[in-house]
Amino acid sequence: MFKILKYSFYDLIRSRWSYVYFLFYLLLGFVLLFLNNDVSKAVITLMNIIIILVPLIGTIFGVMYFYNSKEFTELLLAQPIKRSSIFLGQYLGVAGSLSLSLVLGLGIPFVLYGIFKSDAIFDFSLLLVTGAFLTMIFTALSFNISISNENKIKGFGYAVLLWLFMAVIYDGLFLMSLIVFKEYPLDSFSLVATMFNPIDLSRTLILLKLDISALLGYTGAVFKQFFGTNTGLFVSLGTLLLWTVLPIWRLTRISKKKDF
Amino acid sequence: MKLVSLFILILSLFQGVSQEPKRVTVCETCELKSISEAIEIAADHDTIVVKKGTYKEFNILVDKPLTIIGENYPVIDGEDKGEIIRIVSDNVTIDGLFIINVGTSYTSDYAAIRVVKSEHFVIQNVVLEKLFFGIYLEKSNYGKVYHNKIIGDAVDEYNSGNGIQLWYSKHVEVEKNIVQHVRDGIYLEFSDDITIKENTSTDNLRYGLHFMFSNNDVYLNNVFENNGAGVAVMFSKRIKMIGNTFRKNWGTAAFGMLLKEINDAEISGNTFEENTIGINIEGSNRIAYKNNNFIKNGWAIKVLGACYTNTFSQNNFLYNSFDISYNSKLNDNVFDQNYWSDYTGYDLDKNGIGDVPYRPVKLFSYIVNKTPETIVLLRSLFMDIIDFSEKVSPVFTPDDLLDANPLMKKVL
Repeated sequence: MFKILKYSFYDLIRSRWSYVYFLFYLLLGFVLLFLNNDVSKAVITLMNIIIILVPLIGTIFGVMYFYNSKEFTELLLAQPIKRSSIFLGQYLGVAGSLSLSLVLGLGIPFVLYGIFKSDAIFDFSLLLVTGAFLTMIFTALSFNISISNENKIKGFGYAVLLWLFMAVIYDGLFLMSLIVFKEYPLDSFSLVATMFNPIDLSRTLILLKLDISALLGYTGAVFKQFFGTNTGLFVSLGTLLLWTVLPIWRLTRISKKKDF
Repeated sequence: MKLVSLFILILSLFQGVSQEPKRVTVCETCELKSISEAIEIAADHDTIVVKKGTYKEFNILVDKPLTIIGENYPVIDGEDKGEIIRIVSDNVTIDGLFIINVGTSYTSDYAAIRVVKSEHFVIQNVVLEKLFFGIYLEKSNYGKVYHNKIIGDAVDEYNSGNGIQLWYSKHVEVEKNIVQHVRDGIYLEFSDDITIKENTSTDNLRYGLHFMFSNNDVYLNNVFENNGAGVAVMFSKRIKMIGNTFRKNWGTAAFGMLLKEINDAEISGNTFEENTIGINIEGSNRIAYKNNNFIKNGWAIKVLGACYTNTFSQNNFLYNSFDISYNSKLNDNVFDQNYWSDYTGYDLDKNGIGDVPYRPVKLFSYIVNKTPETIVLLRSLFMDIIDFSEKVSPVFTPDDLLDANPLMKKVL
């Protein structure tokens, strides 16, 4: 498994796309800091970008990599290697290199700027952790989609749809249900609904750590009571972990059974 | 002859001096060791000089027109026993005292300095610490509260007092005071024609400045920072609010300024910076908002119904999460020639006025007003998308709520 991980990882690290992705974040980090001159404001802007872009890149990149390396995978399958380690290795290679690009690309400008001396260090590390989690989650989901669909076009379609659903449509449905059922107490409902979508969960997690949480008013207070405590933080990180582990588990299960 | 007349003149001058009010000195080693004793023996219009030292006194009753001056801030320690100075005479001046440890009572509102039914008083350069109420003016008119420093240690709203309180007092000037850590920094009830100028009111539990049923008042160039809420103006008429700064009144229930049942007011040249809500308006009519800066607030202006014929012009709305929030579809207020940092229109004829009207109410803020729980979707991509579509073709937000002449450049 580690050998395959190594191969995938080095293959990706050397590829142009990883560099582009890395350079994009590097540039973004520098531009934000130099335009803004304020670490905590930059964290807010970054959050907006991370919760939209990271899942999108993760999904698209995952699907693309899976379909592109299909022949290599089939070659590997002919060797006496455990199936789960082939797919896990590939998955970890993709997710790892993407997370690395994200963490390094954003980390370097902020470290140069002096994040360690700023009190935004905790917010920033939370941002990076959730960013890494989102990469893992969406890469895993996209691997799931592509392993279940032989047809490339269909696979891409589903992957984009998945992203669209999580990033946009889910919030729309969430909003609709909040408006329709506004006569009822909705605090626990919105808590649970937030938990079920990794993008919403990351957004809420970061927002509550920032000053802007005061805007959330009463509902925000309920949220803060939950997420603000250590238990809340662990529960939400646990949920993110669950979101990562479940697709990976399904990936290994399917890869064992699948007829190539 | 000339010499004699000069001599007489000088003599008469000396006589004049000797008829001037005399000075009574109080110090720890003098004959007079307490201020109460000094007041007792002093005649009308005398000056009592209090030398540096610590005086453990309370319930000092000033019942004649006197000037009490402290030298190098003598300390008057009330030892938490009750009220410290009560003024019941006209023409009293208190200057340069350091008063600490005012008693706490829930039935008689002990104050460091209380003025009762008196006129032409001056309270200046006084420092108050560890207090319940600071300076309490009760049915007292034509006075001046100038350059005092009030530093409380209030923790809970229910058992703390206000810094400067005016009750049924008229024509009073409150100027250059610093009030910190009390319940309400400055509180006015039934007090008309008051001028509040250049005060700094910070870190108070409730409001920096609080008006109740007080009309024709002016407050200008004050700073309200980091209070529970900046300024609450309630049930008052014709109040002028000019050049004040409302900063960092940040929290779930905080706001820079609250207007409730306010009519015919003028609000101009103020700066609202980093407040959760810049101005919260309820049932207030005929108010002119002009030349104000709203910077980085959560909501710049939140309008909660029954507000008619208000005009907003020449204001700067810079980087607020929401510029305006409205909870009704009816609009009778005018927005004209403001600068909005979110404005994305263009100016083809280069006259400095945008060619496309600006709609300050976002759909999201409308939805949040209807269903407050939806605020959890703040900064979600979906919200940005529907905000954009609403901007292109308004369906839910009031049709006529727009700035037809948005400025392209900031108002200076």
